[in-house]
Amino acid sequence: METKLYTITVFSENTVGLLNQITVIFTRRGLNIETLSVSPSALKGIHKFTITLLSTQDVVEKVVKQIDKRVDILKAYYNTDEDLVHQELALYKLATDKVLEHGSVEYFIRKYNIRVLEISNDCTVFLKAGHYAETQALFEELSQTIGVLQFIRSGRIAITRSKVERLSDMLEGMRKIQEKKNENRKF
Amino acid sequence: MNKNTKTQELHSNPTTQGAGEQIMNGAHAFMQALIHEGVDTIFGYPGGAIMPVFDALYDYSDKVNHILTRHEQGATHAAQGYARVSGKVGVSLVTSGPAATNAITGIADALLDSTPLIVITGQVSTSLLGTDAFQEIDVVGITQPITKWSYQIRYAKDIAWAVARAFYIARSGRPGPVVLDFTKSAQNEKVNFDYKPCNFIRSYIPVPDIRMDQIEAAVDLINNAEKPYALVGQGVILANAEKALKEFLEKADIPAASTLLGLSAMSTDFRLNKGFLGMHGNVAPNMKTNECDVLIAIGMRFDDRVTGDLNTYAKQAKIIHLDIDQSEIGKNVTVDAPVLGSVADSLPALTKKLKPASHTEWVESFREHDNREHDAVIRKEVYRTEGELTMGEVIHKITEATGNQAIVVTDVGQNQMMAARYFKYSKTRSMVTSGGLGTMGFGIPAAIGAKMGAPERTVCMFAGDGGFQMTIQELGTIMQEQIGVKMIILDNRFLGMVRQWQELFFDERYSFTKMHNPDFVAIAKAYNIDGKLVTKREDLDDAISDMLKDDKPYLLVVEVEQKGMVYPMVPAGTCVTNIIM
Repeated sequence: METKLYTITVFSENTVGLLNQITVIFTRRGLNIETLSVSPSALKGIHKFTITLLSTQDVVEKVVKQIDKRVDILKAYYNTDEDLVHQELALYKLATDKVLEHGSVEYFIRKYNIRVLEISNDCTVFLKAGHYAETQALFEELSQTIGVLQFIRSGRIAITRSKVERLSDMLEGMRKIQEKKNENRKF
Repeated sequence: MNKNTKTQELHSNPTTQGAGEQIMNGAHAFMQALIHEGVDTIFGYPGGAIMPVFDALYDYSDKVNHILTRHEQGATHAAQGYARVSGKVGVSLVTSGPAATNAITGIADALLDSTPLIVITGQVSTSLLGTDAFQEIDVVGITQPITKWSYQIRYAKDIAWAVARAFYIARSGRPGPVVLDFTKSAQNEKVNFDYKPCNFIRSYIPVPDIRMDQIEAAVDLINNAEKPYALVGQGVILANAEKALKEFLEKADIPAASTLLGLSAMSTDFRLNKGFLGMHGNVAPNMKTNECDVLIAIGMRFDDRVTGDLNTYAKQAKIIHLDIDQSEIGKNVTVDAPVLGSVADSLPALTKKLKPASHTEWVESFREHDNREHDAVIRKEVYRTEGELTMGEVIHKITEATGNQAIVVTDVGQNQMMAARYFKYSKTRSMVTSGGLGTMGFGIPAAIGAKMGAPERTVCMFAGDGGFQMTIQELGTIMQEQIGVKMIILDNRFLGMVRQWQELFFDERYSFTKMHNPDFVAIAKAYNIDGKLVTKREDLDDAISDMLKDDKPYLLVVEVEQKGMVYPMVPAGTCVTNIIM
């Protein structure tokens, strides 16, 4: 089976130890997480994990089911890049004197659509948002020309292209189950 | 505050304040929460970080029977045994640190065998967490991979919520172990206690609704099958669906075989019960897996000890898989017709739509293999008239002597496989064994729990000389509580199953499997437990009658042949039809 990059999205309650519960499922199968990004979601009290994994569909499907099974996980699903709009952020710290020596910041802004976040006597910080290949290309060009003092790239963040928001469907379904249970208790 | 008032406060009874709310310390609140959940038996072991709860327990001894085991592993296995026979949640109460790590084996065992279990571990005070305090260990971190849910109670206000949730999670859906790590400060803190049971968690669907399209797809396959065949797992027992299973099998005349944990879901003499599956299962059930045209897996998880080599497993058949756990469907075997949901719902739904059928020739075709197995294996193992005693004949005689009415508890290894092969059942929840984890030492404590969970029934526990010594200290528990378990050591002076593999697959190099054993009967006697050693065939019947004559604990040690083998055998990772006899 073909190995490719899958993006796993996990919605969870915001409880202590959730990340560990998710990562052990990768650990026991000997899988490497490529990138990981965690933040509160649009819904209050619900956290969203975006995880990328290089694997086959068979494996990613089983991993997602085992994540979804955990009690505190609201919903877990996976997508390939075609289904997603995705992005990563990268920061590049450069020596300001080297930047000035190189001459053209405009060149980088036009070619790579960077933003300059900071300029001091010592250092200059570029920010670039993009896909992995794009942030990587800039890193390589900067390394060869100006030299990079520090480099950091975020994990992937992604949203699906489809109109359906799977989490809200799920929560609606669960609300109905709760109503039914409460009614049963009344009578 | 002087010492006296402090003690008084600790022991003070709860005071009522308003309707439904009471002020008390966390330990009392915890005990009340357990009582709300119907807990009447706890297996435990006290220690520093759980002392306030044990102190509260002292006030509730009229409502809750606490069994002091001799090791925390014993406490968890006993709670498992109790849960397995009673269907209730088993509860184990231990302290922090080493007690929690000792409990780990039982927790992991309960996860793999889907046993409803709650283990409460004491923990250092909340202010000391993370400081390497005395007997502090990260229990939640350690137990997350081996529990359905693991939670640390840091404040007394969380007790009611956490206990309610723990019981709901442990017993609902596919049952499993839950750990509550209870800080000492939360045990001592005062709290307004108001208990509400939990029946809903928005992130958790314990019992998925059955889908009619899935039911219809499965029915369609079964109605058109000529050689349908059902594999019965513990899911049937956990869902209390034994009757629904029988009706399903009878309506369409479907032969069935059982996994290790599914044993006793069907009585042994049921016409369509074709026996035991897997590595040491019966010949026909394994052979027919690769002959049937529709394979119906009911509440089982296609364990590798059942399937052998997946690449050659039931490739000719359409596979229907009934399971409550979505993550089991498609995990090991590609399924043609999944039926998600509790088998308590899906089996009746299927039965309703099934066409009555008769598959006489197919059902009868199992007999040919049964005869082969009888000639090649069973006659020699069970009906031997001379030479050394065998495990199989001891088990056979004991099941007959109980009228096939007893609960069998096993340890792990040859004794377990022999018991699974030769013990017979007429009631459900009669087989307690460590299937998934294969825990040696499971036997004695699980038998204690089984007897507590079903005091009116005879409990026969089979162990080898190896496994018996892994939890032998629980004889102390049996002595103190006078728990009437019938223990049988099938003593071959070897770690028999490992020895068997060494003989078959490691050129008879018996690396560290020979055991020099103590006088087991003398040990039992020291614990004031009656016992007898049998070395000759002619003494066996009398010894068994002596063992079963009353409801007292008893140890029967039977010296069996040293180099006995469990046959038939499907070697690990090979095709299910590749059977050594």
